[in-house]
Amino acid sequence: MHVVLETLADRFESVSWEDSHGQDVARVPAEDWLQFATAAKKAGFEVCSDVTAVDWLRARPQRYEVVASLVSMEHRARLRMITTLGREDPTIASLTSLWSGAGFAEREVYDMFGIVFDGHQDLTRILMPDDWEGHPLRKDFGVGMVPVQFKASHQVD
Amino acid sequence: MTDQKTEETAETLDIWVAGTEEPQFQPTDEGTQEFGPEESEYRLADQFGRVVTDDYVFDDEVEEDERTVINMGPQHPSTHGVLRLQLELEGEVIRRTKPIIGYLHTGMEKTAEQLTFSQGPTNVTRMDYLAPMHGELAYSLAVERLLDVEVPPRAAAIRVLMSELNRISSHLVALATNGMDIGALSMMIYGFREREAILAFFEKNTGLRMNHNFIRPGGTAADLVPGWKDDVAAILEELPRRLTEYDDLLRANPIWMARTQGVGVITPDEAVAYSITGPALRASGVDWDLRKAFPYSGIEQYEFDVPLGENGDVYDRYRVRVEEIHESLKIVEQVMDTMPKGDYRIGDRKITPPPRARIDESMEALIHHFKLFTEGFKVPPGETYVAVESPRGELGCYLVSDGEARPYRMHTRAPSFYNLQGLPIAMADSLVADTVATIASMDPVMGDVDR
Repeated sequence: MHVVLETLADRFESVSWEDSHGQDVARVPAEDWLQFATAAKKAGFEVCSDVTAVDWLRARPQRYEVVASLVSMEHRARLRMITTLGREDPTIASLTSLWSGAGFAEREVYDMFGIVFDGHQDLTRILMPDDWEGHPLRKDFGVGMVPVQFKASHQVD
Repeated sequence: MTDQKTEETAETLDIWVAGTEEPQFQPTDEGTQEFGPEESEYRLADQFGRVVTDDYVFDDEVEEDERTVINMGPQHPSTHGVLRLQLELEGEVIRRTKPIIGYLHTGMEKTAEQLTFSQGPTNVTRMDYLAPMHGELAYSLAVERLLDVEVPPRAAAIRVLMSELNRISSHLVALATNGMDIGALSMMIYGFREREAILAFFEKNTGLRMNHNFIRPGGTAADLVPGWKDDVAAILEELPRRLTEYDDLLRANPIWMARTQGVGVITPDEAVAYSITGPALRASGVDWDLRKAFPYSGIEQYEFDVPLGENGDVYDRYRVRVEEIHESLKIVEQVMDTMPKGDYRIGDRKITPPPRARIDESMEALIHHFKLFTEGFKVPPGETYVAVESPRGELGCYLVSDGEARPYRMHTRAPSFYNLQGLPIAMADSLVADTVATIASMDPVMGDVDR
């Protein structure tokens, strides 16, 4: 574990720590998500380099995992914080109040997984069309099940 | 003299001014007509164009409804693909910008879940099509970290050679399109011409000019062809001289300087807050390069500097790219001189296919080959995130495996996607004419943004 993280580990007892192939991973409960992120930013993690999600469908009791990668330029350290969300109404606090750069990433996760980020200023679809139904990266969104889009386009001038 | 004459003409001619009350026509002599009683001399003078009014006066406070929203793209030639921008203008000044993306979204992260780990590089190489080697490298490194294997030194060196050459070719395109957008058309032709030498080298070694699928989990697809050192030496000899020439050409051009300096400024704080990486971050003066911070593929054994800008404007981003090409050439030269001998992939036949000749001789080799290309190799459960410094910034690959031969989830942290967030900051309160210069300096690749 990196030295910077030790103070963080002392402060949050609810967070469990892992060493995933040499990388520091913090498993954060969903209710401590924003609080832990605030403390991490204070500890020197000034960049939120990525926010993404994993859909475990029925493989795990908690269906969704939200993954945020943080970088500390000052200490040359990386930290990955992971939380889990249930299948009903997945909602998590937005990190945009801490890192503006998380804005696009959280919109992408909302678009692809339907996870709602509480406190995000502009939580709209980003990659899919605005009227798209469903969230494509969910595991129950099958490949080849989507009707062909824009198939009437040849009739339009 | 003339005024008198006109007044006389107005009196004598049949003129009725629109918008006034219709004059009561008196039965007069044929061909004469009188003006209405309220017709003043001023209005007459206005009609005849003798009064000049200045229309070009703006109030200091512009009302909300005087703002214009214009749409730029997704088919605009200067938006580097299908980037669409909504610009909110006040006169000619941009107040707000909203990038709208997704026009090139092809669901590559979903596709990656359908492909085996050995098929994966064919998918990721198509994301950032100007830097395909970096996409393959990030993916392969992530798979190797999950497998806990280390590639031989020669494979690592080939990867560094290829990815640094790819950085040069990508930056050359960035310089070329930046020049083209501002109107320096010769730069466009020069940039693409120099890139051709590197693409020819790629074609000779990988078989393809783009989308190589050359860097694969476990090493590379093939060894470098005999005589590759001569090709690299030719690039090393020719490129620096020509690049300096183009650089001098542009910097001696007052129009180029005026259109790039002080335009599209991003401060270091803004760059960090908006997760901007790569040359756009370093142009703002932040010393952050993943090749130095978290070295990968043995790049720490080569000497190079990280060029930094000062002002974070379009000019600095251009300068940083030119300097980075020179630094990458240094790395390429060192790799060429110190290329280790050995195998170009790991010897584990569960991960890399056996040599072609062995298949005819060995039953085991045949089985390995068959298993590898039908069901692929299985990767132990786990998750990892590996990032490399692509020409556009931090290109990361978040890979989750559940123990099968296909990734459970593959996510790419696309640098262009995050760098686009800096566009509204860079373009706020700048002129419409500077829009294309700013977009070009951020160097977004829409295949990378939309995936």
